[in-house]
Amino acid sequence: MAAVTSVGETPAPAAASRPRGMHASRKRRLNAFRYVVFTLFGLFFLLPMLAMLRFSLEGAKLGTWSGAAWKQIASYQGEGVPPLISSIEITLELAVITSVVTLVLLVPTMIWVRLRVQWLARTMEFLSLLPLTIPAIVLVVGLGPIYNRIQHYSLSSLMLFWIYVILALPYAYRSLSAGLSAIDVPTLSEAARSLGASWFTVMVRVIVPNMRQAILNALLLTCSLVLGEFTIAFLLLYNNLSVELYSISRNTPNAGVIFSTSTAALAFAFVLLLILSYAGRARRGRR
Amino acid sequence: MRSSHRLALAGVAAAALLAAGCSSSGSSGGSSSGTNWSTETSASAGGGMSALVAAAKKEGTLNVIALPPTWANYGNILSAFTAKYGIKINSALPDGSSQQEVNAIKSENGTAKAPDVVDVGQAVALANTSLFAPYEVATWSSIPTAQKESTGLWVEDYGGYMAVGYSSSYGTITSLNDLLGPKFKGAVALNGNPTSANAALNGVMMASLAEGGSVGSISQGVDFFKKLKAAGNFNPVQATGATIKAGTTKVVFNWDYLNLPSYVGVSNWKVFIPQNAVLGGYYAQAINKNAPHPAAARLWEEFLYSQAADGGQNLWLQGGARPVEQQAMQSNGTIDKTAAAKLPAVTGTPVFLSSSQNTNAANYLAANWAKAVS
Amino acid sequence: MAVAATTETGARPARAGRRLSAPAWAGTVPFLAYVAVFLLWPTGIVVVDSLKNPNGSWAFANITKLGDPLVRGYFIGSFKLCVLSSVIGAVLGAILAYAIASGNPDGVVRRLYLAGSGVLAQTGGVTLAFAFLVLIGPVGLLFHASWFYSFPWGITVIYAYFQIPLMVLVFLPAIDGVKVQWREASENLGASAWQYWRYVGGPLLMPAFLGGTLLLFANALSAFATIAAWENQIAYIVPQQISTALSSEVGLSNVNVADLLAFGMIILVAIVMTGYALLQRRAARWLR
Repeated sequence: MAAVTSVGETPAPAAASRPRGMHASRKRRLNAFRYVVFTLFGLFFLLPMLAMLRFSLEGAKLGTWSGAAWKQIASYQGEGVPPLISSIEITLELAVITSVVTLVLLVPTMIWVRLRVQWLARTMEFLSLLPLTIPAIVLVVGLGPIYNRIQHYSLSSLMLFWIYVILALPYAYRSLSAGLSAIDVPTLSEAARSLGASWFTVMVRVIVPNMRQAILNALLLTCSLVLGEFTIAFLLLYNNLSVELYSISRNTPNAGVIFSTSTAALAFAFVLLLILSYAGRARRGRR
Repeated sequence: MRSSHRLALAGVAAAALLAAGCSSSGSSGGSSSGTNWSTETSASAGGGMSALVAAAKKEGTLNVIALPPTWANYGNILSAFTAKYGIKINSALPDGSSQQEVNAIKSENGTAKAPDVVDVGQAVALANTSLFAPYEVATWSSIPTAQKESTGLWVEDYGGYMAVGYSSSYGTITSLNDLLGPKFKGAVALNGNPTSANAALNGVMMASLAEGGSVGSISQGVDFFKKLKAAGNFNPVQATGATIKAGTTKVVFNWDYLNLPSYVGVSNWKVFIPQNAVLGGYYAQAINKNAPHPAAARLWEEFLYSQAADGGQNLWLQGGARPVEQQAMQSNGTIDKTAAAKLPAVTGTPVFLSSSQNTNAANYLAANWAKAVS
Repeated sequence: MAVAATTETGARPARAGRRLSAPAWAGTVPFLAYVAVFLLWPTGIVVVDSLKNPNGSWAFANITKLGDPLVRGYFIGSFKLCVLSSVIGAVLGAILAYAIASGNPDGVVRRLYLAGSGVLAQTGGVTLAFAFLVLIGPVGLLFHASWFYSFPWGITVIYAYFQIPLMVLVFLPAIDGVKVQWREASENLGASAWQYWRYVGGPLLMPAFLGGTLLLFANALSAFATIAAWENQIAYIVPQQISTALSSEVGLSNVNVADLLAFGMIILVAIVMTGYALLQRRAARWLR
């Protein structure tokens, strides 16, 4: 049965666990549906990427090809701007710190709210949407005094994590919420408690393992947010990967560099997230 | 709300207030011995140029903001300064607007990242003099009185005339009305939105002058762009190097020093300034009153206004911009003659917008621009 | 967490010597404190500033400016764009999520689409708008879409580019939770596909679907860089006007107006959330 699901997917292990019962005709319709969907969406998402790639390889005269825009990213040594490697390091560190803090802050709180403090649920939902409501350009106005104070303690760009956690909040919350609603949290926790588990055990060893996909998705969204975040870092005068790439594209008179830097950033993020998605599933054995 | 809730919320609020109330010690910076350069109003008052250079080198860093390297040769100016004095330059927010520069001064106040100096448009300079420190450079007398604030709170530095840059595939354009023709479909763009960007507002004003208007009113310019839009020739994107390279915006209204092939990034680019529509605009330098590196800031100003062959004024000239001391330098022979000869030819007397004319134009645009081009 | 449970059956005995009975909501304090400092405080600054004059004095009358026809136009534009892009993004995203979820849970296709969605959900800005501009803009490589510059259609297509992947990521966990056995059971009882979705799958997924749509709405609301790169001459939505108010170089900048518009956006979201809560309640009735 697995052999029919889709080309290029690993067959046997998961298939054995999938109970039979799908009628052959429905299976065929499902697969046709999947092929059509993947093709159409694939085209929609790939074409703009290809356009950007094409312009990144454009020479000085339209119609010629040249790898200059890509070489200039690596060879860039700007005046007054730190090198690319350090900004990559900082952004990766920021991604890790932000993800950890976001998950540690959100997961226990959301489980707790679902279990014991349901009346706070709507408030949490509204709070989680607030960061998206205020455009970054105005949020910076409000953040000014706070970051001014933070900068008296540390000038490091890593201090961006405080606001990045807030920015990741909407996405992480929604993903975790979807995961939580798919499992019966009260029953699971009652069962565990009745067997003598502490709250910590209930959360870490009972509920969280059932939320793997949701947590992974929240992680993906948070990391990708940090990797691509530009406006707030830019307006607060910090230097992260996106700001650095933007500086490079503004510092080199070759207009193709803005395309090569964007494509490079996206490719970098994609590879990273792909690795992450493999790590997330590594321990799946029997389901 | 239950009292325990109130208590908790009060607790959180109190904690936040406490954090807010913690007084921040202002940046202590500055030199430990002798002159406090943040209050000196000229190099001589502070003990002479050598004292200034020494103090600046001691500070070792300069924070600048919104200086794109390909804009009026700023890239070379920044590296020349560092090469000459060994002072490291932190260049933030290269694409920022003048207003963002001033916002950064306010929001970064007291930190080591605050901009030391700013290069802003006239309107923003006039509106924010309370943030600046008065300073008179060594070449003060070479700067025309109308182009500086009397105590040196802001001083104009370089400028240009509003021009139309276009792809050479169109042949040669000599008049703005040519742009209404069918071969310019979707090709004409401004450098930003006129209600927001200085360069765009001046672009519309230049069109107004070319259509027979005067600096008192921008309405003819708005009408011109309305006609352009009706003909399908107006492209609402902001013209940048990328849009030009991709062929999306083949005709761009922008300052002449920003319509250079080297800035724009394509080789087949030509420029023309309409007859009798010579609209000039100068930018202004100002020093942050609470600059974290006051001596370096003042040395930077001295460098920019120096008339030496490798000084700021000639470097700007090499970037296609007209330095403010141009007339004085032409009289005393310090001007780079080759670079001066390369500036685009103009027919007619240059005019400049006064601040009240600027405000009138801005208000007219705020009320009518969106309607005209939608 | 040393909270001794007082009401659970078979609760553990209280720790010897200490008996803390903190109220349940105490567990949410770390989260609330963090949000208070880094979200509510900046928001508070923005809201308070919106009711002041540029010189710092109070101007409570500012709030009436929100009723100004020009300002209302911006909010209506924002609302139109957000509703359109969130509904389209939610529906298409749900379809794509279903296609992904119905495949091999360990497969390459799933991982590729997940990683891809993660990346694309956060794209936007200059490069995205530019890519579409060169594809279907006035001088488009593929074709010239005459509707490209008519609001909100052209910009909605661009927004869909990141709305759809976002929906995939936040909706997928919910679809994963719909067990195959339920489909089997309903088929065994003779239900058609339509009946399954109408009575079983739909109601189960509706809360997550509505939540995803709400997220997409808010996501589109404050997006600015993309539409600014798409076109720069007319302010259709609130963030464009906020940008002019914050960074206009020609003297039209007014931080208090920018703050006021942001305040208006918060009110808009509060209104939308009320509608959403009502919808959720109706959907919940389905479930019972």
